[in-house]
Amino acid sequence: MTALIEVKNLTIKFRTDEGLVTAVDDVSFSLNKGEVMGLVGESGSGKSVTAKALMHLNARNAVYSPESRITLHTEAGPVEVLKLKSARDLKVVRGGAISMIFQEPMASFAPAITIGNQMIEQLMLHSDMSKKRAREISVEMLDRVGISDPARRVDQYAFELSGGMRQRAMIAMALSTRPKLLIADEPTTALDVTIQAQVIDLMKDLVSEFHMGIVFITHDLGVIAQTADKVSVMYLGRLIEEGPVREVIRNPKHPYTQGLLAALPKLDDLEAPLTPVAGDIPSPLERPSGCVFHTRCPKMLGDVCKTRLPEHVPVDPTHRVACHLHHAEVPA
Amino acid sequence: MSETLIKARNLSVGFRIGSGFFGKSILKAVDHVSVDIEKGSFFGLVGESGSGKTTLGRALLKAVPITGGTAHYMDGEVDYDLTTLAGAELKDYRKRAQLIFQDPYAALSPRMTVRDIIAEPLEVMGLTKTREETDARVREIAAKCRLNLEHLRRFPHAFSGGQRQRISIARALVSGPQFIVADESVAALDVSIQADVLNLLKQIQRDLKITFLFISHDLSVVAHTCDHVAVMYLGRLVESAPTRQLFAAPRHPYTKALFSAIPSLDPDDRGRAQKLQGEIPSPTNQPSGCKFHTRCPYAIDRCKKDEPELVNPGDGHEVACHRWAELLAEETA
Repeated sequence: MTALIEVKNLTIKFRTDEGLVTAVDDVSFSLNKGEVMGLVGESGSGKSVTAKALMHLNARNAVYSPESRITLHTEAGPVEVLKLKSARDLKVVRGGAISMIFQEPMASFAPAITIGNQMIEQLMLHSDMSKKRAREISVEMLDRVGISDPARRVDQYAFELSGGMRQRAMIAMALSTRPKLLIADEPTTALDVTIQAQVIDLMKDLVSEFHMGIVFITHDLGVIAQTADKVSVMYLGRLIEEGPVREVIRNPKHPYTQGLLAALPKLDDLEAPLTPVAGDIPSPLERPSGCVFHTRCPKMLGDVCKTRLPEHVPVDPTHRVACHLHHAEVPA
Repeated sequence: MSETLIKARNLSVGFRIGSGFFGKSILKAVDHVSVDIEKGSFFGLVGESGSGKTTLGRALLKAVPITGGTAHYMDGEVDYDLTTLAGAELKDYRKRAQLIFQDPYAALSPRMTVRDIIAEPLEVMGLTKTREETDARVREIAAKCRLNLEHLRRFPHAFSGGQRQRISIARALVSGPQFIVADESVAALDVSIQADVLNLLKQIQRDLKITFLFISHDLSVVAHTCDHVAVMYLGRLVESAPTRQLFAAPRHPYTKALFSAIPSLDPDDRGRAQKLQGEIPSPTNQPSGCKFHTRCPYAIDRCKKDEPELVNPGDGHEVACHRWAELLAEETA
């Protein structure tokens, strides 16, 4: 297995009127070819900012720490994403080797340009193919994602398609350049549950066909269980637990992951009471010291959690957790 | 026998759209819906976008005009015919029936303090005479929604999503309503907060004996909170039953498909779901016969012609499908 993208010590702060706000704090992970990684977290956890960093897409007021490194392995050799400056160099991570699907497909298509012309434009931007060939590929891709009558649809505008259809078109567009890495930011959140099931099936088929890596961002652990190979859980900008999907969902180690799973209403036990994670997510302006979760943690140990940042410790070779509860279990 | 608070018969809501060459066309958002909501119950209404669930909720609050059928509100003190309600009686109904919105970020005025937001209904409806009385009432309701005095002085921007939704709930409760429509009230919240707001709503239902119409697209949330669930598809009620019964043995093919589309939390339970093809048709161009026949895996010729009525086979589990009994027999065989 070869790594496709490696993220090391990624720290992102935003310059705001209230001062520097930390959005992502010392996050490291890597993703192999053909692997699907679920990035789970609630609003404000930094999952979208992390994903955007992979394409160097964060707004101008974003400040990356000097230690932050994102390395993308392409056929032409490794690329340091954060060192890319000019628009021409950035093309490799923006639509070239990396594509992104957004949450709201209506907002992601230009309203006054046909779906087809948008697909053709990006194909021609990233390759030297003719307009005719680009159009053929666009129609093929629309057909591939299950849009009926693609030759007609290609000349339609985004508003003429239904929600599920738009998200399919979005996927077709993202995949037409044959990216090595696909970033899907809450791709099914705005869809109805029956349409969500269709889109999830489609994405699973496409992974096996195109053999690309996917970073799947969602707050829905059910969607993660259905799609991902491994999961990373984020809270207030920190990666607090990561491991294979079965491990993390069946055997969560971090109190936050455990709390998230307990808060989900389950259909197989209607009598089970709903247990919320106590308290509210702190404002990013008031980041707790020590472990960022200690203000809401039901298993807080005391001063150690309030003052010391927990290191990542392995509970088994693939499953790691950042929590003081698990430090004692590891021999020094 | 428990009492009925809301009784709707063949309730329809149509919207006029466009002005075409051959006159105006009517979009039927709610189409001949008959429903009884028991007093003190937590009644769930589920369906996909475009199913008419929000419009039905608003029609029962008299926030959109009812264009057909009847609807009654009976809380023991008053008996209102919602189709003709007007004037002083309508004003009185506004105190008795309230709405909690989906998006707690958009529902609260950013320029009012939390105290003023909660007090506004009291002042507008003239329910309190003095400022002291208003303040006392606001504090009492705020405490029920776990908001303290410090919170009341702040503006909404200082609060998180869960806290804002608690403010919206307090505002809905302050006029002392008997009936609350909660429209996707937890959909915008994070999972860890969602459970907290659901528990609060349930507690209010129990403590204050308020009847809730809980509108949601999230079946697992509905399963955990509601006593009775009704399923809507393209403006029609297709199934209605006590929650336990509905989730144990759904009868309508649409309800079954909805259940199987919920992503399972078990990573080894992938792709076994019975997937529904296509999407909900446009309400301006509705299918003939059973509205679900274009997506139904069990549709026969009859389904394209006759629209099935919602029938109660005697066990309180209502369903609108020509073939439900036949399919049930096949399943158990």
